[in-house]
Amino acid sequence: MQRFRYLPEVTTLKLNAGACVGCGMCEAVCPHTVFAVHERKARIVDLDGCMECGACAINCPAEAITVTPGVGCAGYIIQSWIKGKENAACGGPGCC
Amino acid sequence: MTDPFKTRDCCPSKSSAGGCETSTISLMDHMPSNEPCCGPDLACASRPDERPGYILWHFVDKFIRTPAGPVPQVQTQLTRRDVRGNLAVRLGINRFEYKVAPGLYCVGTPGAEAPVVVTANYKLTFDAVRRSLHCRDAWILVLETHGINVWCAAGKGTFGTQEIIRRVKATELAQVVNHRRLIVPQLGAVGVAAHLVSKGCGFKVIWGPVRAEDLNEFLAAGNKAGPQMRKVTFTLWERLVLVPVEINNLGRHLLWLTLALFVLSGIGGGIFSITAALERSVMGLAAVAAGILAGAVAAPVLLPWLPGRAFAVKGTVTGAVAGLLVLILFWARAGTLELLALLCFTVALSSFLAMNFTGSTPFTSPTGVEKEMRKAIPVQLLAVGLSAVAWIGAGFAG
Repeated sequence: MQRFRYLPEVTTLKLNAGACVGCGMCEAVCPHTVFAVHERKARIVDLDGCMECGACAINCPAEAITVTPGVGCAGYIIQSWIKGKENAACGGPGCC
Repeated sequence: MTDPFKTRDCCPSKSSAGGCETSTISLMDHMPSNEPCCGPDLACASRPDERPGYILWHFVDKFIRTPAGPVPQVQTQLTRRDVRGNLAVRLGINRFEYKVAPGLYCVGTPGAEAPVVVTANYKLTFDAVRRSLHCRDAWILVLETHGINVWCAAGKGTFGTQEIIRRVKATELAQVVNHRRLIVPQLGAVGVAAHLVSKGCGFKVIWGPVRAEDLNEFLAAGNKAGPQMRKVTFTLWERLVLVPVEINNLGRHLLWLTLALFVLSGIGGGIFSITAALERSVMGLAAVAAGILAGAVAAPVLLPWLPGRAFAVKGTVTGAVAGLLVLILFWARAGTLELLALLCFTVALSSFLAMNFTGSTPFTSPTGVEKEMRKAIPVQLLAVGLSAVAWIGAGFAG
Protein backbone atom coordinates (compact mmCIF):
# COMPACT_ATOMS: atom_id res chain seq x y z
CA MET A 1 0.00 0.00 0.00
CA GLN A 2 3.02 2.26 -0.20
CA ARG A 3 1.62 3.37 -3.54
CA PHE A 4 -1.52 4.60 -1.85
CA ARG A 5 -0.86 7.38 0.60
CA TYR A 6 -3.54 9.66 1.95
CA LEU A 7 -3.28 13.04 3.67
CA PRO A 8 -0.28 13.16 6.04
CA GLU A 9 -0.29 14.32 9.66
CA VAL A 10 -4.01 13.94 10.27
CA THR A 11 -4.44 10.67 12.13
CA THR A 12 -5.69 10.67 15.72
CA LEU A 13 -3.69 7.53 16.55
CA LYS A 14 -1.69 7.64 19.79
CA LEU A 15 0.40 5.00 21.50
CA ASN A 16 1.27 5.16 25.18
CA ALA A 17 4.54 3.24 25.09
CA GLY A 18 4.70 3.15 28.87
CA ALA A 19 1.48 1.13 29.13
CA CYS A 20 2.40 -1.30 26.31
CA VAL A 21 2.81 -4.91 27.42
CA GLY A 22 4.36 -6.01 24.12
CA CYS A 23 1.74 -8.61 23.22
CA GLY A 24 2.01 -7.75 19.51
CA MET A 25 -1.73 -7.70 18.92
CA CYS A 26 -1.61 -4.23 17.29
CA GLU A 27 1.03 -5.43 14.86
CA ALA A 28 -1.10 -8.47 14.01
CA VAL A 29 -4.37 -6.66 13.34
CA CYS A 30 -3.18 -3.50 11.57
CA PRO A 31 -3.88 -3.76 7.82
CA HIS A 32 -1.27 -1.10 7.03
CA THR A 33 1.70 -2.27 9.14
CA VAL A 34 1.68 0.90 11.19
CA PHE A 35 3.14 -0.92 14.23
CA ALA A 36 6.24 -2.98 14.83
CA VAL A 37 7.14 -4.70 18.09
CA HIS A 38 10.75 -4.51 19.23
CA GLU A 39 12.02 -5.97 22.48
CA ARG A 40 8.47 -6.43 23.77
CA LYS A 41 7.46 -2.83 23.08
CA ALA A 42 5.25 -1.68 20.24
CA ARG A 43 6.38 1.30 18.19
CA ILE A 44 4.59 3.29 15.53
CA VAL A 45 6.68 2.93 12.39
CA ASP A 46 4.32 4.43 9.81
CA LEU A 47 1.99 6.96 11.43
CA ASP A 48 0.69 8.39 8.14
CA GLY A 49 -0.23 4.91 6.95
CA CYS A 50 -2.96 4.84 9.63
CA MET A 51 -6.53 4.91 8.33
CA GLU A 52 -8.07 5.09 11.82
CA CYS A 53 -9.96 1.81 11.52
CA GLY A 54 -9.57 1.27 15.25
CA ALA A 55 -8.63 -2.43 15.18
CA CYS A 56 -5.45 -1.86 17.21
CA ALA A 57 -7.18 0.15 19.93
CA ILE A 58 -9.98 -2.33 20.64
CA ASN A 59 -7.53 -5.24 20.59
CA CYS A 60 -5.00 -3.68 22.94
CA PRO A 61 -5.44 -5.49 26.26
CA ALA A 62 -3.43 -2.78 28.04
CA GLU A 63 -5.52 0.05 26.54
CA ALA A 64 -2.29 1.70 25.47
CA ILE A 65 -3.62 2.81 22.09
CA THR A 66 -6.18 5.51 21.40
CA VAL A 67 -7.64 6.53 18.07
CA THR A 68 -10.90 8.12 16.99
CA PRO A 69 -12.19 5.38 14.74
CA GLY A 70 -14.63 5.98 11.93
CA VAL A 71 -15.55 5.54 8.34
CA GLY A 72 -13.30 7.39 5.91
CA CYS A 73 -16.16 8.01 3.52
CA ALA A 74 -17.30 11.38 2.18
CA GLY A 75 -20.91 10.22 1.74
CA TYR A 76 -21.03 9.13 5.36
CA ILE A 77 -19.49 12.36 6.63
CA ILE A 78 -21.96 14.51 4.65
CA GLN A 79 -24.81 12.56 6.24
CA SER A 80 -23.31 12.91 9.69
CA TRP A 81 -23.17 16.70 9.13
CA ILE A 82 -26.83 16.77 8.11
CA LYS A 83 -28.46 14.07 10.21
CA GLY A 84 -25.98 13.69 13.06
CA LYS A 85 -23.52 10.87 13.70
CA GLU A 86 -26.15 8.39 14.96
CA ASN A 87 -28.33 8.46 11.84
CA ALA A 88 -25.62 8.63 9.21
CA ALA A 89 -25.20 5.87 6.64
CA CYS A 90 -22.98 6.06 3.60
CA GLY A 91 -25.13 4.75 0.79
CA GLY A 92 -28.31 2.77 0.36
CA PRO A 93 -30.27 1.35 3.26
CA GLY A 94 -28.00 -0.49 5.64
CA CYS A 95 -24.89 0.26 3.60
CA CYS A 96 -21.54 -0.30 5.32
CA MET B 1 -11.72 -37.45 3.12
CA THR B 2 -14.52 -37.46 0.61
CA ASP B 3 -13.83 -36.86 -3.02
CA PRO B 4 -14.03 -33.08 -3.33
CA PHE B 5 -14.72 -33.21 -7.03
CA LYS B 6 -17.77 -35.34 -6.68
CA THR B 7 -20.82 -33.21 -7.04
CA ARG B 8 -24.12 -34.23 -5.58
CA ASP B 9 -27.00 -33.07 -7.63
CA CYS B 10 -30.44 -34.55 -7.59
CA CYS B 11 -31.28 -33.12 -10.92
CA PRO B 12 -28.20 -33.05 -13.12
CA SER B 13 -29.96 -32.23 -16.36
CA LYS B 14 -31.80 -29.22 -15.00
CA SER B 15 -29.86 -28.55 -11.86
CA SER B 16 -30.46 -24.86 -11.40
CA ALA B 17 -32.65 -23.75 -14.24
CA GLY B 18 -35.85 -24.25 -12.30
CA GLY B 19 -37.13 -26.78 -14.77
CA CYS B 20 -39.10 -28.58 -12.11
CA GLU B 21 -41.61 -25.90 -11.37
CA THR B 22 -44.48 -27.26 -13.42
CA SER B 23 -47.06 -29.25 -11.54
CA THR B 24 -46.39 -32.93 -11.34
CA ILE B 25 -49.91 -33.83 -10.28
CA SER B 26 -51.52 -36.15 -12.76
CA LEU B 27 -55.10 -35.27 -13.60
CA MET B 28 -55.71 -38.18 -15.91
CA ASP B 29 -56.39 -41.27 -13.94
CA HIS B 30 -55.26 -43.64 -16.64
CA MET B 31 -51.73 -42.43 -16.20
CA PRO B 32 -49.59 -44.00 -13.50
CA SER B 33 -49.98 -41.69 -10.51
CA ASN B 34 -46.25 -41.37 -9.83
CA GLU B 35 -45.41 -40.18 -13.36
CA PRO B 36 -45.68 -36.48 -14.10
CA CYS B 37 -47.90 -35.69 -17.06
CA CYS B 38 -45.66 -33.11 -18.59
CA GLY B 39 -42.26 -34.70 -18.81
CA PRO B 40 -40.41 -37.62 -17.35
CA ASP B 41 -38.40 -35.50 -14.95
CA LEU B 42 -38.70 -37.73 -11.92
CA ALA B 43 -35.21 -36.69 -10.88
CA CYS B 44 -36.70 -33.34 -9.97
CA ALA B 45 -38.43 -34.71 -6.89
CA SER B 46 -37.94 -32.79 -3.68
CA ARG B 47 -34.71 -33.55 -1.89
CA PRO B 48 -34.94 -35.41 1.41
CA ASP B 49 -33.52 -32.43 3.29
CA GLU B 50 -36.22 -30.05 2.12
CA ARG B 51 -38.83 -28.94 4.66
CA PRO B 52 -42.17 -27.21 4.16
CA GLY B 53 -41.73 -23.47 4.40
CA TYR B 54 -37.98 -23.47 3.68
CA ILE B 55 -35.96 -23.13 0.52
CA LEU B 56 -32.87 -25.30 0.49
CA TRP B 57 -29.85 -23.43 -0.88
CA HIS B 58 -28.49 -25.00 -4.04
CA PHE B 59 -24.98 -25.06 -2.55
CA VAL B 60 -25.96 -27.38 0.30
CA ASP B 61 -24.99 -30.98 -0.48
CA LYS B 62 -26.43 -32.60 2.61
CA PHE B 63 -26.60 -32.25 6.36
CA ILE B 64 -24.10 -33.94 8.60
CA ARG B 65 -24.85 -35.04 12.13
CA THR B 66 -23.07 -33.35 15.01
CA PRO B 67 -23.66 -33.43 18.78
CA ALA B 68 -25.24 -29.99 18.30
CA GLY B 69 -27.63 -31.13 15.57
CA PRO B 70 -27.48 -31.28 11.77
CA VAL B 71 -25.04 -28.93 10.02
CA PRO B 72 -25.27 -28.15 6.29
CA GLN B 73 -22.33 -29.33 4.22
CA VAL B 74 -21.76 -26.78 1.47
CA GLN B 75 -20.06 -27.08 -1.90
CA THR B 76 -16.68 -25.49 -2.45
CA GLN B 77 -17.17 -24.87 -6.12
CA LEU B 78 -19.38 -22.05 -7.29
CA THR B 79 -22.14 -22.92 -9.70
CA ARG B 80 -23.42 -20.80 -12.53
CA ARG B 81 -26.19 -19.61 -10.22
CA ASP B 82 -23.65 -18.32 -7.67
CA VAL B 83 -21.61 -16.60 -10.37
CA ARG B 84 -24.73 -14.95 -11.79
CA GLY B 85 -25.82 -13.74 -8.35
CA ASN B 86 -22.35 -12.42 -7.57
CA LEU B 87 -22.18 -10.59 -10.88
CA ALA B 88 -25.59 -9.01 -10.31
CA VAL B 89 -24.65 -7.84 -6.84
CA ARG B 90 -21.47 -6.28 -8.24
CA LEU B 91 -23.73 -4.25 -10.51
CA GLY B 92 -25.74 -3.15 -7.49
CA ILE B 93 -28.70 -5.50 -8.02
CA ASN B 94 -30.16 -7.10 -4.87
CA ARG B 95 -27.15 -5.77 -2.98
CA PHE B 96 -28.81 -5.49 0.40
CA GLU B 97 -30.65 -8.80 0.30
CA TYR B 98 -27.72 -10.96 -0.69
CA LYS B 99 -27.19 -13.01 2.41
CA VAL B 100 -27.21 -16.46 3.96
CA ALA B 101 -28.63 -17.38 7.35
CA PRO B 102 -26.13 -17.00 10.20
CA GLY B 103 -25.04 -20.16 11.99
CA LEU B 104 -22.77 -23.14 11.52
CA TYR B 105 -21.91 -24.64 8.11
CA CYS B 106 -19.19 -27.03 7.02
CA VAL B 107 -17.13 -28.06 4.02
CA GLY B 108 -15.90 -31.61 3.53
CA THR B 109 -16.41 -33.91 6.50
CA PRO B 110 -14.91 -32.07 9.44
CA GLY B 111 -14.36 -33.77 12.76
CA ALA B 112 -13.97 -32.42 16.26
CA GLU B 113 -10.43 -31.20 15.55
CA ALA B 114 -11.24 -29.41 12.28
CA PRO B 115 -10.64 -25.65 12.14
CA VAL B 116 -13.48 -23.14 12.60
CA VAL B 117 -13.45 -20.25 10.15
CA VAL B 118 -15.57 -17.22 11.07
CA THR B 119 -17.14 -15.05 8.39
CA ALA B 120 -19.94 -12.61 7.51
CA ASN B 121 -23.34 -13.54 6.11
CA TYR B 122 -22.95 -11.47 2.92
CA LYS B 123 -23.24 -14.18 0.28
CA LEU B 124 -20.41 -12.70 -1.78
CA THR B 125 -18.16 -13.13 1.29
CA PHE B 126 -19.55 -16.54 2.21
CA ASP B 127 -18.97 -17.76 -1.36
CA ALA B 128 -15.37 -16.55 -1.30
CA VAL B 129 -14.77 -18.44 1.96
CA ARG B 130 -16.30 -21.77 0.94
CA ARG B 131 -14.52 -21.60 -2.39
CA SER B 132 -11.17 -21.03 -0.71
CA LEU B 133 -11.74 -24.10 1.49
CA HIS B 134 -11.81 -26.44 -1.49
CA CYS B 135 -10.52 -29.91 -0.53
CA ARG B 136 -10.58 -29.02 3.16
CA ASP B 137 -12.58 -30.28 6.10
CA ALA B 138 -13.61 -27.24 8.10
CA TRP B 139 -16.43 -25.58 9.99
CA ILE B 140 -17.67 -22.17 8.89
CA LEU B 141 -19.27 -20.02 11.57
CA VAL B 142 -21.36 -17.36 9.83
CA LEU B 143 -22.18 -14.26 11.87
CA GLU B 144 -25.25 -12.08 11.43
CA THR B 145 -23.86 -9.02 9.67
CA HIS B 146 -27.10 -8.14 7.87
CA GLY B 147 -25.66 -8.99 4.47
CA ILE B 148 -22.64 -6.71 4.86
CA ASN B 149 -19.01 -7.73 4.25
CA VAL B 150 -16.58 -8.36 7.11
CA TRP B 151 -14.73 -5.06 7.14
CA CYS B 152 -17.74 -2.74 6.84
CA ALA B 153 -19.72 -4.84 9.31
CA ALA B 154 -16.82 -4.79 11.75
CA GLY B 155 -16.71 -1.00 11.43
CA LYS B 156 -20.36 -0.90 12.42
CA GLY B 157 -19.82 -3.45 15.18
CA THR B 158 -22.18 -6.09 13.77
CA PHE B 159 -19.20 -8.31 12.97
CA GLY B 160 -18.17 -7.94 16.56
CA THR B 161 -17.16 -9.42 19.89
CA GLN B 162 -20.72 -9.80 21.15
CA GLU B 163 -21.99 -11.40 17.95
CA ILE B 164 -19.18 -13.98 17.99
CA ILE B 165 -19.90 -14.88 21.60
CA ARG B 166 -23.63 -15.07 20.91
CA ARG B 167 -23.17 -17.21 17.78
CA VAL B 168 -20.67 -19.58 19.42
CA LYS B 169 -23.21 -20.21 22.17
CA ALA B 170 -26.26 -20.43 19.89
CA THR B 171 -24.62 -23.01 17.62
CA GLU B 172 -23.25 -24.96 20.62
CA LEU B 173 -19.89 -24.91 18.90
CA ALA B 174 -18.17 -26.17 22.05
CA GLN B 175 -20.03 -29.47 21.58
CA VAL B 176 -19.06 -29.76 17.93
CA VAL B 177 -15.31 -29.22 18.26
CA ASN B 178 -12.81 -30.29 20.90
CA HIS B 179 -10.42 -27.39 20.42
CA ARG B 180 -11.15 -23.78 21.37
CA ARG B 181 -9.85 -21.78 18.43
CA LEU B 182 -11.62 -19.47 15.98
CA ILE B 183 -9.99 -18.27 12.78
CA VAL B 184 -11.30 -14.73 12.37
CA PRO B 185 -10.48 -12.64 9.27
CA GLN B 186 -7.97 -9.97 10.19
CA LEU B 187 -10.17 -7.14 8.95
CA GLY B 188 -12.78 -8.27 11.48
CA ALA B 189 -10.44 -6.94 14.16
CA VAL B 190 -12.08 -3.53 13.78
CA GLY B 191 -15.09 -4.95 15.61
CA VAL B 192 -13.66 -7.97 17.43
CA ALA B 193 -11.58 -7.69 20.58
CA ALA B 194 -9.72 -11.01 20.75
CA HIS B 195 -9.16 -10.91 24.51
CA LEU B 196 -12.86 -10.24 25.17
CA VAL B 197 -14.00 -13.10 22.90
CA SER B 198 -11.80 -15.44 24.88
CA LYS B 199 -13.25 -14.13 28.14
CA GLY B 200 -16.80 -14.32 26.83
CA CYS B 201 -16.95 -17.81 25.31
CA GLY B 202 -13.65 -19.53 25.95
CA PHE B 203 -12.57 -19.55 22.31
CA LYS B 204 -9.23 -18.04 21.36
CA VAL B 205 -9.17 -15.79 18.30
CA ILE B 206 -6.52 -16.56 15.72
CA TRP B 207 -6.25 -13.76 13.17
CA GLY B 208 -6.62 -15.17 9.71
CA PRO B 209 -5.58 -13.61 6.42
CA VAL B 210 -7.13 -10.41 5.06
CA ARG B 211 -8.34 -12.15 1.90
CA ALA B 212 -10.42 -15.34 1.89
CA GLU B 213 -8.43 -16.62 -1.07
CA ASP B 214 -5.38 -17.00 1.20
CA LEU B 215 -7.23 -19.25 3.68
CA ASN B 216 -6.02 -22.48 2.16
CA GLU B 217 -2.39 -21.40 2.31
CA PHE B 218 -2.92 -20.06 5.83
CA LEU B 219 -4.29 -23.40 7.05
CA ALA B 220 -1.57 -25.32 5.22
CA ALA B 221 1.06 -23.22 6.99
CA GLY B 222 -0.37 -24.19 10.39
CA ASN B 223 -2.50 -21.08 10.92
CA LYS B 224 0.32 -18.71 10.03
CA ALA B 225 -0.25 -15.63 7.89
CA GLY B 226 2.74 -14.26 6.04
CA PRO B 227 3.24 -10.48 5.77
CA GLN B 228 1.53 -10.39 2.38
CA MET B 229 -1.60 -12.01 3.81
CA ARG B 230 -1.79 -9.33 6.49
CA LYS B 231 -1.82 -6.24 4.30
CA VAL B 232 -4.74 -4.84 2.37
CA THR B 233 -4.23 -4.20 -1.31
CA PHE B 234 -6.06 -2.02 -3.80
CA THR B 235 -5.14 -3.38 -7.18
CA LEU B 236 -6.45 -2.13 -10.51
CA TRP B 237 -8.93 -5.01 -10.58
CA GLU B 238 -10.06 -4.36 -7.00
CA ARG B 239 -10.74 -0.73 -7.96
CA LEU B 240 -12.39 -1.61 -11.24
CA VAL B 241 -15.04 -3.92 -9.71
CA LEU B 242 -16.20 -1.03 -7.50
CA VAL B 243 -17.01 1.24 -10.44
CA PRO B 244 -20.46 -0.23 -11.35
CA VAL B 245 -21.71 0.25 -7.79
CA GLU B 246 -20.34 3.81 -7.73
CA ILE B 247 -22.36 4.59 -10.86
CA ASN B 248 -25.39 2.67 -9.64
CA ASN B 249 -25.45 4.78 -6.48
CA LEU B 250 -25.90 7.90 -8.62
CA GLY B 251 -29.22 6.72 -10.11
CA ARG B 252 -31.74 8.77 -8.17
CA HIS B 253 -29.57 11.89 -8.09
CA LEU B 254 -29.16 11.77 -11.86
CA LEU B 255 -32.90 12.02 -12.35
CA TRP B 256 -33.09 15.22 -10.31
CA LEU B 257 -30.01 16.59 -12.02
CA THR B 258 -31.56 16.03 -15.45
CA LEU B 259 -34.77 17.72 -14.37
CA ALA B 260 -32.90 20.73 -12.96
CA LEU B 261 -30.84 20.91 -16.12
CA PHE B 262 -33.95 20.91 -18.27
CA VAL B 263 -35.52 23.74 -16.28
CA LEU B 264 -32.36 25.84 -16.22
CA SER B 265 -31.79 25.29 -19.93
CA GLY B 266 -35.25 26.54 -20.89
CA ILE B 267 -35.10 29.81 -18.95
CA GLY B 268 -34.32 32.75 -21.18
CA GLY B 269 -35.63 35.91 -22.79
CA GLY B 270 -38.94 34.26 -23.69
CA ILE B 271 -39.59 33.10 -20.09
CA PHE B 272 -39.36 29.39 -20.95
CA SER B 273 -38.55 27.76 -24.24
CA ILE B 274 -39.06 24.02 -24.62
CA THR B 275 -36.88 24.01 -27.73
CA ALA B 276 -34.01 25.71 -25.94
CA ALA B 277 -34.53 23.43 -22.93
CA LEU B 278 -34.18 20.32 -25.07
CA GLU B 279 -31.29 21.58 -27.18
CA ARG B 280 -29.22 22.94 -24.33
CA SER B 281 -30.03 20.00 -22.01
CA VAL B 282 -28.21 17.73 -24.40
CA MET B 283 -25.03 19.75 -23.96
CA GLY B 284 -25.55 19.78 -20.21
CA LEU B 285 -26.07 16.03 -20.11
CA ALA B 286 -22.86 15.55 -22.05
CA ALA B 287 -21.08 17.51 -19.30
CA VAL B 288 -22.78 15.31 -16.67
CA ALA B 289 -21.68 12.16 -18.46
CA ALA B 290 -18.14 13.52 -18.80
CA GLY B 291 -18.09 14.40 -15.10
CA ILE B 292 -19.24 10.91 -14.12
CA LEU B 293 -16.72 9.20 -16.37
CA ALA B 294 -13.95 11.41 -15.03
CA GLY B 295 -14.87 11.24 -11.35
CA ALA B 296 -16.41 7.80 -10.86
CA VAL B 297 -14.50 5.81 -13.48
CA ALA B 298 -11.23 7.48 -14.49
CA ALA B 299 -10.29 8.73 -11.01
CA PRO B 300 -10.74 5.34 -9.27
CA VAL B 301 -8.98 3.46 -12.03
CA LEU B 302 -6.07 5.90 -12.34
CA LEU B 303 -5.92 6.54 -8.58
CA PRO B 304 -2.24 5.78 -7.89
CA TRP B 305 -1.03 7.73 -10.90
CA LEU B 306 -3.06 10.92 -10.44
CA PRO B 307 -1.32 13.86 -8.76
CA GLY B 308 -2.30 15.01 -5.27
CA ARG B 309 -3.19 13.16 -2.08
CA ALA B 310 -6.72 14.57 -1.77
CA PHE B 311 -9.26 12.73 -3.89
CA ALA B 312 -10.99 16.02 -4.77
CA VAL B 313 -7.72 17.12 -6.40
CA LYS B 314 -7.39 13.86 -8.32
CA GLY B 315 -10.97 14.30 -9.53
CA THR B 316 -10.24 17.87 -10.56
CA VAL B 317 -7.41 16.65 -12.76
CA THR B 318 -9.50 14.00 -14.54
CA GLY B 319 -12.43 16.44 -14.62
CA ALA B 320 -10.32 19.12 -16.32
CA VAL B 321 -9.35 16.70 -19.07
CA ALA B 322 -12.96 15.59 -19.52
CA GLY B 323 -14.13 19.23 -19.42
CA LEU B 324 -11.71 20.18 -22.20
CA LEU B 325 -13.07 17.35 -24.32
CA VAL B 326 -16.60 18.68 -23.74
CA LEU B 327 -15.40 22.15 -24.83
CA ILE B 328 -13.92 20.74 -28.03
CA LEU B 329 -17.16 18.88 -28.72
CA PHE B 330 -19.37 21.96 -28.39
CA TRP B 331 -16.85 24.64 -29.42
CA ALA B 332 -18.72 25.62 -32.57
CA ARG B 333 -22.21 25.25 -31.13
CA ALA B 334 -22.06 26.92 -27.74
CA GLY B 335 -21.39 30.49 -26.66
CA THR B 336 -18.57 31.57 -24.34
CA LEU B 337 -20.80 31.61 -21.25
CA GLU B 338 -22.12 28.16 -22.01
CA LEU B 339 -18.62 26.77 -22.54
CA LEU B 340 -17.56 28.24 -19.20
CA ALA B 341 -20.61 26.66 -17.52
CA LEU B 342 -19.94 23.24 -19.08
CA LEU B 343 -16.28 23.27 -18.04
CA CYS B 344 -16.99 24.37 -14.46
CA PHE B 345 -19.72 21.80 -14.02
CA THR B 346 -17.73 18.88 -15.42
CA VAL B 347 -14.78 19.65 -13.15
CA ALA B 348 -16.94 20.18 -10.05
CA LEU B 349 -18.90 16.98 -10.57
CA SER B 350 -15.78 14.94 -11.23
CA SER B 351 -14.06 16.38 -8.16
CA PHE B 352 -17.08 15.61 -5.97
CA LEU B 353 -17.49 12.06 -7.24
CA ALA B 354 -13.80 11.30 -6.83
CA MET B 355 -14.04 12.61 -3.26
CA ASN B 356 -16.97 10.25 -2.69
CA PHE B 357 -14.80 7.35 -3.75
CA THR B 358 -12.87 7.74 -0.47
CA GLY B 359 -15.55 5.55 1.12
CA SER B 360 -14.70 2.66 -1.18
CA THR B 361 -10.97 2.64 -0.56
CA PRO B 362 -9.14 0.73 2.15
CA PHE B 363 -6.70 3.47 3.16
CA THR B 364 -8.45 6.82 3.74
CA SER B 365 -8.76 7.98 7.34
CA PRO B 366 -11.99 9.69 8.45
CA THR B 367 -10.07 12.64 9.90
CA GLY B 368 -8.34 13.07 6.55
CA VAL B 369 -11.54 12.79 4.54
CA GLU B 370 -13.27 15.38 6.72
CA LYS B 371 -10.29 17.73 6.39
CA GLU B 372 -10.35 17.33 2.61
CA MET B 373 -14.11 17.87 2.45
CA ARG B 374 -14.06 21.07 4.47
CA LYS B 375 -11.72 22.56 1.89
CA ALA B 376 -13.11 20.98 -1.25
CA ILE B 377 -16.88 21.29 -0.85
CA PRO B 378 -16.98 25.12 -0.77
CA VAL B 379 -14.88 25.23 -3.96
CA GLN B 380 -17.05 22.61 -5.65
CA LEU B 381 -20.23 24.50 -4.68
CA LEU B 382 -18.74 27.74 -5.97
CA ALA B 383 -17.97 26.09 -9.31
CA VAL B 384 -21.50 24.69 -9.57
CA GLY B 385 -22.99 28.09 -8.67
CA LEU B 386 -20.83 29.82 -11.25
CA SER B 387 -21.82 27.23 -13.79
CA ALA B 388 -25.56 27.72 -13.10
CA VAL B 389 -25.29 31.51 -13.31
CA ALA B 390 -23.35 31.31 -16.58
CA TRP B 391 -25.83 28.80 -17.98
CA ILE B 392 -28.87 30.95 -17.16
CA GLY B 393 -27.02 34.07 -18.29
CA ALA B 394 -26.32 32.42 -21.63
CA GLY B 395 -30.06 31.69 -21.94
CA PHE B 396 -30.82 35.40 -21.76
CA ALA B 397 -27.83 36.44 -23.86
CA GLY B 398 -28.53 33.88 -26.56
